[in-house]
Amino acid sequence: MKKQNVWLVVFSALAALALLLSACSPAAAPQAESKTVRVAVIMPSSTTDMAFSQSMYSALIAVQKEMGGEAAMEIKYSENMFKVPDAAAAIRDYASQGFDIVIAHGSQYGASVEEVAKDFPETTFAWGTDVNTFGLPNVYAYTAAAQEGGYVNGVIAAQLTQSKQIGVTGPVEVGDAKTYIDGFVQGVASVDPAIQVNKTWTGSFSDVALMTEAAKTHIAAGADVLTGSSQSVVGSIGAAKENGAVLWFGTQADQASLAPDLVVASQVYDWTAMVKEIIASRAAGTLGGKTYILQLSNGGLKIAFNGSYNLPAEVKAAAEAAIDGIKGGAIVVEP
Amino acid sequence: MPPAPQSAPQKPLARLPWKNLLFGAALPVAAMLAAFLLGAVVLLALRVNPFTAYASIFSGVFGSLSGFTQSLVKATPLLLVGLGICIAFRASMINIGAEGQIILGALGATAWSLAFRDLPGWLLLPGALVASFLAGALWGFVPGLLKARFRVNEILSTVMMNAIALQLMNLLIRGPLIDPAGVAAGTYLAQSERLPESVWLLRLIPQTLLHTGSLLAVGLAVVVYIFLWRTTIGFRIRAVGLNPDAARYAGINVPGYQALSLTLAGGFAGLAGAVEVMGVHHRLLEGITSGYGFSGIVAALFGGLHPLGLIPAAWLFGSLLVGADKMQRAVQVPSALIDTLLGLVVLFVVGSAYLSRQWAARREIALSKQGKESEG
Amino acid sequence: MNEDILTLAVVTGILTSAIRLATPYLFAAVGEAFAQTSGVVNLGVDGIMLVGAFAAFYVTLQTGNVWLGALVAILVGLLMGLLMSFISVTLKAEQGISGIGLYMFGLGLSSLLFKLLVGTVQTVEGFRAVKIPLLGDIPVIGAIFFQHSIPVYAAFLLVPLAWWFLEKTTWGLKIKAVGQNPAAADSLGVSVDKVRYFSVCLGSALAGLAGASLSTALVNLFQENLTAGLGFIAVALVYFGGWKPVGILAGALLFSAVNAFQLWMQVLGANISSDVAVMLPYLLTIAALVFATNRVRQPAALNKPFERGEN
Repeated sequence: MKKQNVWLVVFSALAALALLLSACSPAAAPQAESKTVRVAVIMPSSTTDMAFSQSMYSALIAVQKEMGGEAAMEIKYSENMFKVPDAAAAIRDYASQGFDIVIAHGSQYGASVEEVAKDFPETTFAWGTDVNTFGLPNVYAYTAAAQEGGYVNGVIAAQLTQSKQIGVTGPVEVGDAKTYIDGFVQGVASVDPAIQVNKTWTGSFSDVALMTEAAKTHIAAGADVLTGSSQSVVGSIGAAKENGAVLWFGTQADQASLAPDLVVASQVYDWTAMVKEIIASRAAGTLGGKTYILQLSNGGLKIAFNGSYNLPAEVKAAAEAAIDGIKGGAIVVEP
Repeated sequence: MPPAPQSAPQKPLARLPWKNLLFGAALPVAAMLAAFLLGAVVLLALRVNPFTAYASIFSGVFGSLSGFTQSLVKATPLLLVGLGICIAFRASMINIGAEGQIILGALGATAWSLAFRDLPGWLLLPGALVASFLAGALWGFVPGLLKARFRVNEILSTVMMNAIALQLMNLLIRGPLIDPAGVAAGTYLAQSERLPESVWLLRLIPQTLLHTGSLLAVGLAVVVYIFLWRTTIGFRIRAVGLNPDAARYAGINVPGYQALSLTLAGGFAGLAGAVEVMGVHHRLLEGITSGYGFSGIVAALFGGLHPLGLIPAAWLFGSLLVGADKMQRAVQVPSALIDTLLGLVVLFVVGSAYLSRQWAARREIALSKQGKESEG
Repeated sequence: MNEDILTLAVVTGILTSAIRLATPYLFAAVGEAFAQTSGVVNLGVDGIMLVGAFAAFYVTLQTGNVWLGALVAILVGLLMGLLMSFISVTLKAEQGISGIGLYMFGLGLSSLLFKLLVGTVQTVEGFRAVKIPLLGDIPVIGAIFFQHSIPVYAAFLLVPLAWWFLEKTTWGLKIKAVGQNPAAADSLGVSVDKVRYFSVCLGSALAGLAGASLSTALVNLFQENLTAGLGFIAVALVYFGGWKPVGILAGALLFSAVNAFQLWMQVLGANISSDVAVMLPYLLTIAALVFATNRVRQPAALNKPFERGEN
């Protein structure tokens, strides 16, 4: 009984203090009417995850640099927002602070975007990965056709494997982890249907130790090429590195820096063009209503060949052929 | 005077020793300030003005309607989970399994609402709540049964059950419960279809997330209080926790009541899953627990493991979480700083509890001496 | 199907993986057993491991010396242990809550330092596998047991060492006495607080080492929340092992072997859902306890702060 009352008192004291402080703190200064574009981004993981979140953050930084630094474009970010209610609060908060563009960089944020966007019709919202703009004029949706780069990676991998065994690791078979790997499998099969692609899913987005062990298991079972999606896959790169003779194919971001000798190629999500277009459309008066799909054909997806890896010319040529085939529509990759 | 009830007589509010309480409250506040002071050093090292940062915590919660309601929205699952922790703790069962029980509750509510979507709302909505309670209770019953029949330690089994629940959700959300729209669009997102609107919990204030689940939670806190202190079953649960040997001599089925307490704890955590699904997201998502299963334990202990004490404690913790988030956005510090700071707050506050207990004891002794002297 | 799958090579692979995977669990769980035997539940193991893992990773990254990294991880674990004991022993705080506070603190601190000092994911040159002469050349057995890195051997040597320490030395007896009946120990002139400080700090140092084994021997990198709740499993393994190092060894090996088994089954394309496969270790750990016959009573004073003159 007593303890509970103590907390009551503590809380009232804090509340009083808070009211006092909030009364003292100056009201949000009105935004100067300048040309500064204010962009806020909410991400499920950290800006340095070498994967999904980093791909968006580096795109924003690149655009900012191109536009002329912080004076031209202000970027604020909220990282590690894996709790959806917190993300919803952040989205609303940025919108009410008068940000021009609020990017909700996670498919789980959809419902929150739909709600908040209705309340802030003057703000542009962009969210992904999904294709649904909810029919709202101020919402952009974006997604990546991850299967395309997966296919290209698969074509290269199939020609490099000696043991005819390829290992795939990932946390859970959903989202672009699934589409990337489905594309990869199709790419491998297009070269040699006899090659075995074995998959392991660890069930956890953060259990690097298990992910590493999964990669070691693939290696012990005879795989000499590995790939996989999601940020925790850095663990398998560690395992590949330790073994030395195993090759790695990356996705979402260029992962070559993690193991320059082993990474052959990475599918890179490049949001720069999309971000620039959203900023330009907004300036021209279009607040949303469009869906962007990163594809090889529109430059949103890129295959980053690792310069330090000595890729045989004929394999590279086959990869370029696959890229052109997908771009031109001659090759159709099922998601 | 009516005959005294079984439990300790309740003092009317007016006669509470306010001076004592204020005294007792001074230390936790000081402890909190000390934790924030340490945090200020880190903030300075990051070249951030600590005053700006901390002001944003308070203005984040109390400076706007959205912030304030957000703190209540966060307090709701914390309160529900905490109630369960409280019941289990009263039978001296430590329930680390709330994370899994939340997941089961969310699964139960989602599966029910989607399976019977054609039912009228007055039947569908309570049904979903009951389904979530039962599903969560099942996840509490298993460790309870293992404890009662095989004496398997509940810390061990509940930790394991969390992992199993997570995989169960992974399985269902990729299979029977996956959003058909995601499959059609080729995105394969790990989320369920949107629930029918008839099971959405009513939003209390437009343009905020505040939903009727908060009222439900507060109501249930009172129910749990009555249950624990005014019913025979509740009395027995507490007796088992206070002194299992004595309870056994009194003919109480100790393992049975321990299992019951874990089952009920699971049910309340399950409800927390339901209010998140039905009140906040309107669908089942990955990461639905938001870590409430752990922070709910802290909230319960902050609330003195008392259902009514939990109400302000859950709110305090919810406010801290919301304010900390706002601070992250306002001054753009890494979100990890917030975890560090919250950890320090918990450590300092829990550490100070002993000192304040000692103070209170000393004052009581002094007061009773005074009393005797004045009598004599 | 099973006949083709369970070849000698696969069994060797599973057991090799199991030994490797068990390493951090062993360090952390044996450490936690010291703390719990003295009567203190330290739920903050995961947080201590994270800070230890980061310390070892960072020192190795900067100096290239894995040994120095492990040493710093131990020291950092010790400091975290001092904090835990100060709050749980001296201030007699509720141990469950202070442990969770310590966990949050460790999780936050390690991520914060990582962000500020390192920034992006990098790999380090960790402990290398050392083949033990002669023993390592034995077919099958050599590959399973004697071709690991130093921390793996150390973790397994820790088990008999911990047993000897708890059962055969005066300090071990004091730790047990303090955990069973602090009042009696106190009346015999044993300083309850001192023994608990010692046990918690020893356990935390081992938790720090557990983190180091993860970041510089098993995965050779650090990222935020590297342990992913491994420390909580370690606490559960202490209960599984009945507060005995050998029991903990059995639990850690069982858990890791089933984990290795399910990974191999997935790789070999066995027809089971990955979600069910991932559940297996948890299910089997529970099942093993149900069927285990010997039930050990927990230290009587577990989770109870000691105050002189209290009953």
